[in-house]
Amino acid sequence: MNIVRDSIAGTLESNDLLVKVSPAQDEGLELHVNSEVIHQFGAQIEAVVRETLSRLGVTNALVLIEDKGALDCSIRARVQAAVLRASDATGIDWEALS
Amino acid sequence: MTLRRSMLFLPGSNAAMLSTAFVFEADSFMFDLEDAVSLREKDTARLLVYHALKMPAYAKREKVVRINPLSTPFGRLDLEAVVRAGVDVVRLPKTDTAEDVADLETEVERIERACGREVGSTRLMAAIESASGVVNALAIAKASPRIMGIALAGFDYVMDMQTQRGDGTELFYARCAVLHAARAARVDAFDVVFGDVNDEAGFLKEVDLIKRLGFTGKSLINPRQIELLHNAFAPAQEEVDYARRVVAAAAQAEEKGLGVVSLNGKMVDAPVIAMAERVLQRAAASGVRQ
Repeated sequence: MNIVRDSIAGTLESNDLLVKVSPAQDEGLELHVNSEVIHQFGAQIEAVVRETLSRLGVTNALVLIEDKGALDCSIRARVQAAVLRASDATGIDWEALS
Repeated sequence: MTLRRSMLFLPGSNAAMLSTAFVFEADSFMFDLEDAVSLREKDTARLLVYHALKMPAYAKREKVVRINPLSTPFGRLDLEAVVRAGVDVVRLPKTDTAEDVADLETEVERIERACGREVGSTRLMAAIESASGVVNALAIAKASPRIMGIALAGFDYVMDMQTQRGDGTELFYARCAVLHAARAARVDAFDVVFGDVNDEAGFLKEVDLIKRLGFTGKSLINPRQIELLHNAFAPAQEEVDYARRVVAAAAQAEEKGLGVVSLNGKMVDAPVIAMAERVLQRAAASGVRQ
C-alpha cells in the first residue's frame, strides 16, 4: 500500500494512542514509538505496529506512535485507520485487517 | 431464552470504553457507529469496533452494533466490518418499512457468503424512530427470521411527531404499538434510553412502567443504570416462591406422565409454566428484588 499523504488517527486520551503516518523521507520504514509504558510494553507495541503495517503491505513510510496505554486491538485499529487515510487505496482488503 | 434486560450503548470511537466495558454486567453491549460518532471519525470508529468485537473478553457476551443507515456512505462499510468480525446482532437505525429490513438482510447474506460465515448466523434488530416506523412495526418485526427484536428510539420519534420528551405521554402510543408488534411477531421489545443519568428516581419510574407494560428490556447510556435496571426487573420473593412451586408441579406431572399440571387443586396452563420459568431465569441472573 502506498503512502501518499500525511494522516493522523486516534487521540491522546488514556487507553488510546495517536498515530501519524507520512510518506517516507528515505527508502524503507521509519518507526518511532513513545509510550507511558515503554519500559514494560515498548517491544510489544512495536511488534504489533510492525505486524499491522506488514499485513497492509506498507514498506515505505514514516510512522510516529504516541501511546497512552492502548490495548493491542486499539493499536491495530488506529494504525490501520491512519494508513488507510494516508494511502491511495480505493477499497479495503478485509483479510489484511483481520 | 436469552436474557436481554439491559443493552448498554458504547460509543464506537472511544477506545478506552471499548477496551474496558466488558467488566460491566450488561446483558448485551451495543457498539455505536451512528449518532455517537462524528462524521470525521466514522472510519476509525469502524476499525475500533471491528477489533473490539474480536476481543476474547467479549467472546461470551452478546455483541450488537448500531450501524449507520445503508442510505449513507458509511452503512455498507460498517456492515462489511461487523459481519466479518463476528457480530451477534446488527441494529439498523431509522427503520421505516419492512423493505429496509429486506435490504439489510440481502447485504448481510452477501457478506456472510463472501467471508465464509454461516448464512443466517447474523441476527438483526430494527430501531423504530419515526411515525412511519411505528405504523409499520408489525411488518418490520416479521420482515425476517433473523429479527431478534425491535427497539423504540425516542429522540428521533418525538421530533418526527413534532413534540418533545416529557413525562412519557408523548411515547405512550409508540411504546404500546412497538411492544404489541414485537409480541405478535414473537421477538424482543426494547424501550428508549433515559438520558438523565443523575435522575435515579425518574429512571426507576420509567423502568417500572416499561416492565409492567411487558418490555423485554431497555437501552442504556451509562453503566450506572445497569444494576438499577436489573434490580427493578428482578422478581419479588413471593414471585420466585410461586414460580418454584409451578415448575416443580410441572416436573412432577411430567414424571408421572400426566397431561395436566395442577397446583393446590388448580390447573396450571402451559403459559403459566413458561412464565414461571422466565421468573426463575430472572432470579438466577439478578437475584430477588431488593
